Amino acid sequence: MRRSLQLLALALALGMAAVATVPAGAQTVVGVTPTEIKIGNTNPYSGPASAYGTIGKTIAAYFKKVNDEGGINGRKITFITYDDAYTPPKTVEMVRKLVEQDQVAALFQTLGTPTNTAIHKYVNQQKVPHLFVATGATKWDDPKNFPWTMGFQPNYQTEGRVYAAYILKNIPDAKIGILYQNDDYGKDYVKGMEDGLGAAASKLIVLKQSHEVTDPTIDSQIINLKNSGANVFFNVTIPKFAVQAIRKAHDIGWKPTHFLNNVSSSYASVLKPAGVEASRGLITALYTKVVTDPQWKNDKGFQDWVAFMKKYYPEGSLEDDSNFFGYSAAILMAHVIKQCGSDLSRENIMRQAENLKGVELPFLLPGIKVDTSPTDHAPIQQERLAKFNGEYWELFGELFDAFRKN
Amino acid sequence: MDILIQQVVSGLATGGIYASLALALVMIYQATDVVNFAQGELAMFATYICWSLINAGLPYWVAFLSTLAIAFVGGVVIERVVIRPVENAPILSIVMVTLGLLVICNSVAGWIWTYLQKPFPSPFSANPIKVGNVVFGAHDLGEIEVTMLVLLCIYLFFRFTPLGLAMRAAAHNPVSSRLVGIRVGWMLALGWGLAAVFGAVAGMMVAPVLTLEPNLMGGVQIYAFAAATLGGFTSPGGAVLGGFIVGVVENLVGTYVSFIGTELKFTVALAMIIVVLLVRPTGLFGTTVVKRV
Amino acid sequence: MSIARLPRVAGLLALLLAACALPLMLSNFRLFQFSQVYIYAIAILGLNMLTGYNGQFSLGHGAFYAIGAYVSAIMMDRWNISYGWTIPVAGVLCLIVGFLFGLPALRLEGLYLALATFSLALAVPQILKYFEHWTGGSQGIVLSKPNAPFGLPLNPDQWLYFVTLSVLVLLFWLGANLLRGRVGRAIVAIRDNHIAAEAMGVNTALYKSLVFGVSAAYTGVAGALSACVIAYVAPDSFNVFLSVTLLIGSVIGGLASISGAVFGALFIQFVPNWAQDISKAAPWAIFGVFLIGFMYLMPFGIAGAIRLLWIRATRSRVQQKERSVVPSQAHTTT
Repeated sequence: MRRSLQLLALALALGMAAVATVPAGAQTVVGVTPTEIKIGNTNPYSGPASAYGTIGKTIAAYFKKVNDEGGINGRKITFITYDDAYTPPKTVEMVRKLVEQDQVAALFQTLGTPTNTAIHKYVNQQKVPHLFVATGATKWDDPKNFPWTMGFQPNYQTEGRVYAAYILKNIPDAKIGILYQNDDYGKDYVKGMEDGLGAAASKLIVLKQSHEVTDPTIDSQIINLKNSGANVFFNVTIPKFAVQAIRKAHDIGWKPTHFLNNVSSSYASVLKPAGVEASRGLITALYTKVVTDPQWKNDKGFQDWVAFMKKYYPEGSLEDDSNFFGYSAAILMAHVIKQCGSDLSRENIMRQAENLKGVELPFLLPGIKVDTSPTDHAPIQQERLAKFNGEYWELFGELFDAFRKN
Repeated sequence: MDILIQQVVSGLATGGIYASLALALVMIYQATDVVNFAQGELAMFATYICWSLINAGLPYWVAFLSTLAIAFVGGVVIERVVIRPVENAPILSIVMVTLGLLVICNSVAGWIWTYLQKPFPSPFSANPIKVGNVVFGAHDLGEIEVTMLVLLCIYLFFRFTPLGLAMRAAAHNPVSSRLVGIRVGWMLALGWGLAAVFGAVAGMMVAPVLTLEPNLMGGVQIYAFAAATLGGFTSPGGAVLGGFIVGVVENLVGTYVSFIGTELKFTVALAMIIVVLLVRPTGLFGTTVVKRV
Repeated sequence: MSIARLPRVAGLLALLLAACALPLMLSNFRLFQFSQVYIYAIAILGLNMLTGYNGQFSLGHGAFYAIGAYVSAIMMDRWNISYGWTIPVAGVLCLIVGFLFGLPALRLEGLYLALATFSLALAVPQILKYFEHWTGGSQGIVLSKPNAPFGLPLNPDQWLYFVTLSVLVLLFWLGANLLRGRVGRAIVAIRDNHIAAEAMGVNTALYKSLVFGVSAAYTGVAGALSACVIAYVAPDSFNVFLSVTLLIGSVIGGLASISGAVFGALFIQFVPNWAQDISKAAPWAIFGVFLIGFMYLMPFGIAGAIRLLWIRATRSRVQQKERSVVPSQAHTTT
């Protein structure tokens, strides 16, 4: 009798558990079937920022490779990417389409700071994982207020602090001139630099000059910076203007210690057009392997990427660092999906994204790893300084880790 | 003092960039009475063609001249094929078609050549020229010379050649022109062809400074519009001068008016243009078209 | 009401009923898209008044859209004022700004006016970034979507859909009355021949600046509504392409046409989406082809084409009343 009662209780408990879990489970697992998982993305494929669109195309190509090789845990990845032309209203529309109509399981590598800001609140209200956003702003690492959003690359402010620390230590009589793009990206870098310099900032920074992304040239700003007597040049510009700045400074005979932001560290699109002679001695902070750098020629991760590009994205440029970036980001996303196992609920995707320990990505410099936790939504936080020696970026100094606050 | 001179010199160099494209805009406006929003993008496209030719192994000047020829034919073909169907539509419908061309050129260039920016060679020496403490870029000087040369050609063409006069007549009064035997349709096509050539020159002069990418001319075209507006859309010389004025004024405002600084210098330059327009509603050197009521 | 207008009124009522029924059938996302269409339609109607009816070209209406959006956003964010109040304030403010800008613009014609207004569109994002304290700089201002009041059983998207629809109906009704009355005839007369209009006793200067003001007010109201619906404003939302897009909508829809504003709005909302569905590699190229194709098929815009078809269809019946086949269009002085 007791035995049968026990059995009955067990059966009841099992039944209740089944009743409780099945519908609940079916409800929360959005965008997932036994054979597919839907991932959503926005990128600028049209408009003035379309240079970044190649990141979205690389990611799509990588997921195709994953699917060709059988998918992840038996599921194929359906990657849905829309053009937002880098305008916030369009991003809102496209992300709502992804979440409400396409019912994606997660958003991944949505690109741009103003565009992601526009959807920040919405995705957190909807509780959609908003993973590895492709922007260097600081605000993505705020798990308390925005638990569903997670950054990816080291943020601009951190990088600004890396340079500041170097200047404080090595250039005692520094007079700093700054050229920055007049938007959130430029201002984040300047803030990082100012924070890093601390109380000395107002004394050390002798001139700040801004430019608009629509300006054709920045010659005037460079002349003013030279004239300010600055012996340190902090160059916060995108590749188009970085080329001009390097060349103009060289032409007018200004020879400061020149810190070039990571955004423009590409050899093919910046250093080569600016001229190898004019570029010699530039200092930048790197976390990735620059694709044209000969020191990575035999690197396994680099070679894998080249093989991937040739097979899956042949029209993409092998000189474009963005393609290595997108490829590596896609690998991280695939890693998260794999780590989720069979539970692809949004909660678990987020839990696994928050539980990345020492993950290596092909484009990361040796020693730099992806680490996240429920209180740390900034996956990549380490950088190393490098100097351009006329041929490639020569790494020097130790790994700078933002999380350890030096 | 040195800094003032250096800023003026740099402003002239930048102004030369604006002027070169402004000339193409004025050219097409003179010849067809249409503002071509695609002018900058067509110039960018031509520059990519030149880049491809140089990459295929052609010497610079051969590639340069071939590009001019291709641009001319391209311009004529675009007029005959793309613009012709809306020739008699309202002017804004034609403007829409040029906007369509703008986005198509931009997108297709990115698709063919990718958005990765490419170095573009300059035919002039790479070494800057120093006079005292003031530095002149050799390319900047060369570019200004080329712009002046183009200006001279336009002036001579419209003033002294029968073809130039016929083109102006065709644009200005198509009906009467037809009556005196001018083939108006071909005059318009010729106007597009020549504007495309001048645009191509501008592109190939600008690309060594700005590096070649599909958005090469986006910003430049905005300034070129400002330059042409300031100088007057009916005056090639005015447009060039407008370019130089915009370049220099913007530099000086950014440098010397500290409360404005670099953040608002473009806004101030624009405001100044509007003030000039209020005094002279058709630009500094534009002529007012008298219309019969 | 005359008998002749009855079918027209009935048709409009049917359309309005259909628009009111949409929330029953469509998802929130689609409603959001249609709210945007209504917002664009209001802005384009404003531009149409100026460019289509009055013959003043503007390439700078994105600026008024931005001003409207920021006025609304700052009032909501800073002073916690309800969105409902911010919309008329944005309209009035843009009316004043537009009127003041219209005064000097009186001296400019055609191309030069277009480029003067274009400068406005270029300058506004820079100015927005400069006054960071108020505008949040390039980070912009994040807002909350308003909930339906009085405990109405509507979610925010449904509620905003009805708000934008009501504003649209109100402004279109006002606009139609304005443009079809005595004022409207004066406005059109100025476009067609301003010297003759002046000779007939029309105060051209006053009318032109007034149209500029009203046009800016419409666009400003649209901007304020967009701030509510998008719940975010930033300088990047109001770049020069916005002004160009509004002009595209205006011409594609049909200048000097009230219904054209809606067609134009549908075009600029949905055609870019179709373009990217066709090609991710070069979505702009597809959009450009659409744009050129529309102009080939309908050089007078969608409304113009419909009017033309209508005239052709009814011509056989009203042979004696046959009028010009070409619909009235904006002249150009360039």
